[in-house]
Amino acid sequence: MFAQEFMRNALIAGNFVGLACGLVGYFVVLRAQVFAGDALSHVAFTGALAAAALGLNILAGLFAATILGGIVMGLLGDRARADDVTIGSFFAWTLGIGVLFLTIFTTNNSAGNGTAGVRVLFGSIFGLSTTDVRTSVLLAILASAFLLLIARPLLFASLDAEVAAARGVPVRALGLGFLALLGLVAAQATQAVGALLLLGLLAAPAGAAHRLTTRPYRGLVLSAIFSVGAVWIGLTLSYEFPTLPPSSMIIAAAVGIYTLALLATAARDPRPARLRLAGLYGPPGHAHDHA
Amino acid sequence: MLEAAIFQGLSWNPLTDLHELVSYPFMVNALEAGTIVAVMAGVTGWFMALRQQTFAGHTLSIIAFPGAAAASLAGLPLAVGYFGFCGVGALALAGIAGTRQSLSAESAAIGSLQALALALGFLFVTLYHGVLNGLDSLLFGTFLGVTSRQVAVLLAVAVAALTLVVLAARPLIFASVDPDVASAAGVPARQLGFGFLLVLGLSVAETSQITGALLVFALLVTPAATAHRLTARPGLGIALSVALALAVTWLGLALAYFSIYPVGFYVTSLSFALYLFVRVANTVAGHRRTTMRLATEPA
Repeated sequence: MFAQEFMRNALIAGNFVGLACGLVGYFVVLRAQVFAGDALSHVAFTGALAAAALGLNILAGLFAATILGGIVMGLLGDRARADDVTIGSFFAWTLGIGVLFLTIFTTNNSAGNGTAGVRVLFGSIFGLSTTDVRTSVLLAILASAFLLLIARPLLFASLDAEVAAARGVPVRALGLGFLALLGLVAAQATQAVGALLLLGLLAAPAGAAHRLTTRPYRGLVLSAIFSVGAVWIGLTLSYEFPTLPPSSMIIAAAVGIYTLALLATAARDPRPARLRLAGLYGPPGHAHDHA
Repeated sequence: MLEAAIFQGLSWNPLTDLHELVSYPFMVNALEAGTIVAVMAGVTGWFMALRQQTFAGHTLSIIAFPGAAAASLAGLPLAVGYFGFCGVGALALAGIAGTRQSLSAESAAIGSLQALALALGFLFVTLYHGVLNGLDSLLFGTFLGVTSRQVAVLLAVAVAALTLVVLAARPLIFASVDPDVASAAGVPARQLGFGFLLVLGLSVAETSQITGALLVFALLVTPAATAHRLTARPGLGIALSVALALAVTWLGLALAYFSIYPVGFYVTSLSFALYLFVRVANTVAGHRRTTMRLATEPA
C-alpha cells in the first residue's frame, strides 16, 4: 500500500486534513455551528466552480470563497445562530450560482473536463500531486497551530460568552477569526473528501469526542485522533476494495466511530454533562481580585 | 447580442412565448409538476421555518440523493428510493430530536446523518457506474423528463400530505410556537413534531424529483423565510409562502426553457432576490417608522 506514490500522497495529505478537521470540528460542535459548516461546504462548491468557469486557479477560488464566506457569516454575528433561515436562504442561492458555473464550465470545456463538478463535490484524494500534498500539509499545520494558540480563550468564549467578555476576552474577534479558520479548513478538506462530504469530518469525530468526555483538552485530542483514524480507515478500505470511493469510505468510517461512541455512552446518563470550565481560568471566587 | 446567445427562441412577445411554452407536452408536465411541488414546499417550508428546523430540513433534502441513487442501483423506480429514504430519514431525525440533547450535540448528530447520506449516495452512484449526467440531474434536477404518471403520483402524495397538515395545522402551530405550554394544555407536541418531520420528508422527496436533491432547499426555505418577514399571521403567511414559491417556480421554468442555463439557477436566484428585497424594504420601513415615531413624540 505504501509503495504506491498516489497512496502515500493521499495518506500524508489525508492525515493532516484529518488533524485540522478534528481540531476545528471540536469547536464547531461545541459552538453549535455545524449548520455554518454546512453552509461553507456549499460556498466551497461555488467558489471552486466559479474559478473553473472563469479559467482561474480552482484552489485559489476555493480558498477565497470559503474564507470570505466564513468572515461574512462571522459578521452576521450572534444573529447568525438564531437566524438559520437567513443562512439557509443564502446558501441555497450560492448553490444555484454554483450550478450556473458548472453549466458554463461544462459547455465551454466539452472535452475531458466534464468531471470537474464531481471532483469538487466529492473530492479526489487519490489524484493529489506532490505539490498539492505539500500545500495542504503546510496549511493544515498552520491552521492547527493557530487553533491551539487561541484554544483557551476560544473555549472560554464558546462556553460562556458573557463572562468571557466581562473578563476582557475579545469574544467577537475570536468568533470571526474562528469562522475564517473554519473556511480555510473547509477549503482544504474539499480537496480530500469534497465539498459535500467535509461536514462529516467536521461533525462526526467531534460529536463522538463530545459524547465520550466533558474535559475540553481531552476532547480536542480525541476528536483529532478519531478524525485522523477515520481518514486512515477510509483510505485503507478504498485501497483494498477499489470499487469503493475513498471519500465515501472516510465519511462512513467517521460516522461509524460516532455511532460506536453513541452506543458506548447510551447506557450512561443520556443527558451530556456541561463541559467543565474548572481550572481554565482559575477558581471562580478569585476572579475579581486581580482587577 | 448577449441576450440572443443566452435566451434562444424567445420572441420577446409574452403571448407568443407563453403559447410556445404550453404547446409541448413535456413542458406542460413540467409546469404541472412544478406547481404541485411549489404548493407543497411553500406550505411545509412555512412550518419548517416556524419550527426552526432548517438544518433538519436541509438534511432531509440531502437524504433524497442516496435514495434516488439506491433506487437506480437496485433498478427500482426513482420515486421508491426518494420516498423510502426520506421516510427513514424523517424517522432518524425524529429520533435525534426526541432525545432532547443539548443544541450542540443535536447539531453534531444531524450533521453526521447528513454526511453519511451523502457518502452513501456517492457510493451508490460509483457502484452503479452511473453516467455523470445522471449524477448531475440527481443533484441539480431536471424538468425535461417528467412523465404524466409522475405528475399523477406527485398530485396524490401532495393531496394526502397537505390534508394532514391542514387537519393538524392549529395544534402544530401552537406546539411550534411554545412547546411547553402546548404540552401542558394537552397538545401531543412530540407526536406532532414527529408527524411533521414525516410530512416534510414526503414533501422533500417530491420536490427533489424536480429540483434535484441539492436545490430542494431553495424552494422550501426561501419563500417561507420571505413570508415570515412579511407577516406574522399564519394563514396569510402560508398563502404568501405558496404564492412566492409558485411565482419563482413558474418564472424559473419559463426562463430555463428559453435559455441555456439550468432551472435551479433561476429558481434559487429569483427566490433569493425576492428575499433580499423584502429584507431591505423591511429594514428601510422599520427605520422610517422609528424615526417618525421619535419625531412625533411629545418632548
